[in-house]
Amino acid sequence: MATLETDVLVVGGGSTGAGVARDAAMRGFATVLVERSDLATGTTGRFHGLLHSGGRYAVKDPVAARECVVENAVLRRIATDCIEDTGGFFVTTPWDDPEFGDAFLDGCRATGVPVEEVSVADVLRREPRLDPGITRAFEVPDGAIDPWKLVSANARSAADHGAQILPYHRVDGLELRGDRVIGARVVDELTGDDVRIHSRIVVNAAGAWAEQIAELAGCRVTVLPGKGIMIAMNHRLVNTVVNRCKPPSDGDIIVPIRTVSVIGTTDVRVADPDELEVTEAEVEEMLDEGEKLVPGFRRARALRVWAGARPLFASDEVTDTREVSRTHAVLDHAARDGVEGFVSITGGKTTTYRLMAEHAVDTVCAKLGVDRPTRTHEEPLPGSENGRFYTLGSRLRAREPVPGSEEIICECELITRERLLEAIAQRHPSSIDDIRRVLRLGMGPCQGGFCIYRATGILHGFEQLDEQAANSALLDFLRERWKGVQPILHGDQFRQARLDDWIFQGLLDVQHLPE
Amino acid sequence: MTAAGWRAARVEPAAYDTVVIGAGLAGLTAALRLAEAGQRVAVLAKGVGATHLSPATIDVLGYEDGVVASPAQALPGFASAHPEHPYGRLSVDVIRAALDWFRERLEGHGYRGGLDENMLVPTAVGAAKPTALVPETMAAADLRRGGRFVFVGLRGLKDFYPAYLAGNVTRAQLPGRGSVAARALELAPTLGVQRDLGSLGFAQRFEDAGFRASVVADLRPRLVTGEVVGFPAVLGVGRAREVCQELEARLDHPVFEVPTLPPSIQGQRVFETMTGGLRRAGGRLVVGSAVGEVRTSNGRVEAVLTETAGRPIAYRAGSFVLATGGFASGGLELDASGRISETVFDLPLSGVPAPNEPRLAREYFDDQPISRAGIAVDEKMRAVNGDSEPVYENLHVAGATLAGAVPWREASGNGISLSSGYAAAEAILEVAS
Repeated sequence: MATLETDVLVVGGGSTGAGVARDAAMRGFATVLVERSDLATGTTGRFHGLLHSGGRYAVKDPVAARECVVENAVLRRIATDCIEDTGGFFVTTPWDDPEFGDAFLDGCRATGVPVEEVSVADVLRREPRLDPGITRAFEVPDGAIDPWKLVSANARSAADHGAQILPYHRVDGLELRGDRVIGARVVDELTGDDVRIHSRIVVNAAGAWAEQIAELAGCRVTVLPGKGIMIAMNHRLVNTVVNRCKPPSDGDIIVPIRTVSVIGTTDVRVADPDELEVTEAEVEEMLDEGEKLVPGFRRARALRVWAGARPLFASDEVTDTREVSRTHAVLDHAARDGVEGFVSITGGKTTTYRLMAEHAVDTVCAKLGVDRPTRTHEEPLPGSENGRFYTLGSRLRAREPVPGSEEIICECELITRERLLEAIAQRHPSSIDDIRRVLRLGMGPCQGGFCIYRATGILHGFEQLDEQAANSALLDFLRERWKGVQPILHGDQFRQARLDDWIFQGLLDVQHLPE
Repeated sequence: MTAAGWRAARVEPAAYDTVVIGAGLAGLTAALRLAEAGQRVAVLAKGVGATHLSPATIDVLGYEDGVVASPAQALPGFASAHPEHPYGRLSVDVIRAALDWFRERLEGHGYRGGLDENMLVPTAVGAAKPTALVPETMAAADLRRGGRFVFVGLRGLKDFYPAYLAGNVTRAQLPGRGSVAARALELAPTLGVQRDLGSLGFAQRFEDAGFRASVVADLRPRLVTGEVVGFPAVLGVGRAREVCQELEARLDHPVFEVPTLPPSIQGQRVFETMTGGLRRAGGRLVVGSAVGEVRTSNGRVEAVLTETAGRPIAYRAGSFVLATGGFASGGLELDASGRISETVFDLPLSGVPAPNEPRLAREYFDDQPISRAGIAVDEKMRAVNGDSEPVYENLHVAGATLAGAVPWREASGNGISLSSGYAAAEAILEVAS
């Protein structure tokens, strides 16, 4: 059995875990991160992509709002390549309490959220598809953030600072010596091999799954996973993040991100973060709420629906003095449960992932008796060194000088063969979904109808896969895709789905591939 | 359409014997069959049809609990087991006549095969797909007796992956003792600054003698005696048969095409031949004319109105054939409330899951409840209501709009389109005589 020795073992490859790994590695700790699946496949990869200005929390949760204000500004310095600077509006629609606008303004001013009331005429000029019946509007520095890029950049930075990032490594058990966690037994999910990792500290950054990890050391962390569903529509129905100006509720935001717009979200307590069912009623509710912001919302094509599990954390559970806000908490299990060498970080949101990581690693430093301040707020992430925000037209701009000079493998998302090969060489993906997350392959209107056969052929050739592995990659992608499209298919998007069936089941006859 | 709208519409001065709606294989078959029998025919189509999505093979019945070896033998049992299936309305004799007619009308394509035996031809992923009729450019593709195959990729063609294909073909389950050996080669033809040619770009290059000569020069020394050579289906646009024959002669190896992603060059060839035949027989094809409204009276369809720039045009005819395709082509539609409808005449539907039943299955490869929804027909291919009565006495339906089939799962799509289009034409001719 392979054995690794490290200072810090991070469990969880979402934004928090990747952020902890980066921070720990930058502070000079030998660091290993394990994730049971690919990076950013849990909650981080399943949200709407909002970079919070803090406006959403300004009235209800001022502590969270203040954190968002600070971290929004930090990420706009260090993660520019992951961010599209769309800006955001809060608008009072005919369905919203007109009084709330004043409370919103007061809340923003009290918490430091940069806010400006703007004229309805101006907003409608900038976002002509919004309901013309809106009565007030406020502008805030919301943005869109690509979660896969963000996590990938953090992981790359961590690796640049010597960390080992191990996706597809599931924690099978934590190893205890007396009252001390001394490491973990991990299974390499791709090879089936066991790996033993010895570490001075284990940081549980498993988010909605933190309770399950804590239990492995007999520790108590109560996470109440909150399910939120989101639907991606096929257009940029708006180019600015648009929020309803009312207390947080279901379907109150549309985030324009890359080539789509995402409407979110719901909040339903669920028992198991791995069992997130999307119901027809939830889909209908999202589409109805979308109509209130953008009349005709339902006439756009719904491309895909998904659900994420927020790591909701009951505040009365927090006994640790290092609790920094109601939104996230660092739990030192030595104080809580009498177990040394084990720290959990949970709650929070992607916008504040860096701060969460900083607090977690501060605790690690304190426990190891060293004083090393964080530098993650100063040093840009790989890819963001030039300080330029991502813009929607960037892929098209790169293709335009000589149209047709490169093979476009995914026409919806303008992904070239060269870019695909580069991603395969970098990631050695174990599935097409792994490439999808890196490049947004197959995420456009045709949902992979054309590019997935090509990607399979290219992956097969480049990685010298055997045919069974390539066939599984193709079939798994189709099965997985169906889960995200089946609940929302109708109209033109159903027609599109039938064309895709025509290609895969008729033309290629994939269900009769040799066993 | 309001009464005023109908008044504003320009009425085509010529009344047609038959108006066909849809220019896929079903619509073109019905139209050509009627035109060559002397009828005045117009085909109205929103766009080109599903020919441009499909291979040129005629799959009649490929799967029924496993691979079907002989459609002729399997069809009677299949029809009685699935009375609601289009083949429940189409006898083996009619299907055979349709195939014979098609082979004759597309003589230039050199179709091979028939109803008695399915061939097994490789798809672009290397599945061995059963099919009844193939154009000459695919005749050497039959895997049943095994053999040594080499699949040739073209650098710059993103829609063909010969190594992946060859790997799967090698493992194909074949009847009897046949076994397949397969390998892949890649050619790197000179392309110039345009690197994203697509199938059509390569097909045009294959019409060029110089390009073919360079392919032959590059490929010939790399072939091993006894190998059968598979190319992507881009061997010329209109002159594919000659291109294929020339390559065979100059390589001294049998050559065939493997259909790949749309746009289907093979399907375009079929479309060109059939529409050319239609024109020569005096028929008219109007592409870009979606039928928006219909006028009916006394249980008959009187006219249909197309939505064109300028003002709408009304087409009157004695008979009508609806061949607008299924959900993929826009002939059927599923709305947000789960309602399924036929998009031109709003005809009564058959095979629709009950209102409280799901339309779609949770697992992708499970049977999809919605698949069999469509229009039920009588023995004259006329749309019928729930009481099996014709909805309109002169409205016939053909192709993927018909209820009861799962064309992709059965490998039956083009077989249904061809034979139902043919049968609709025969029924109309019978009435006319």
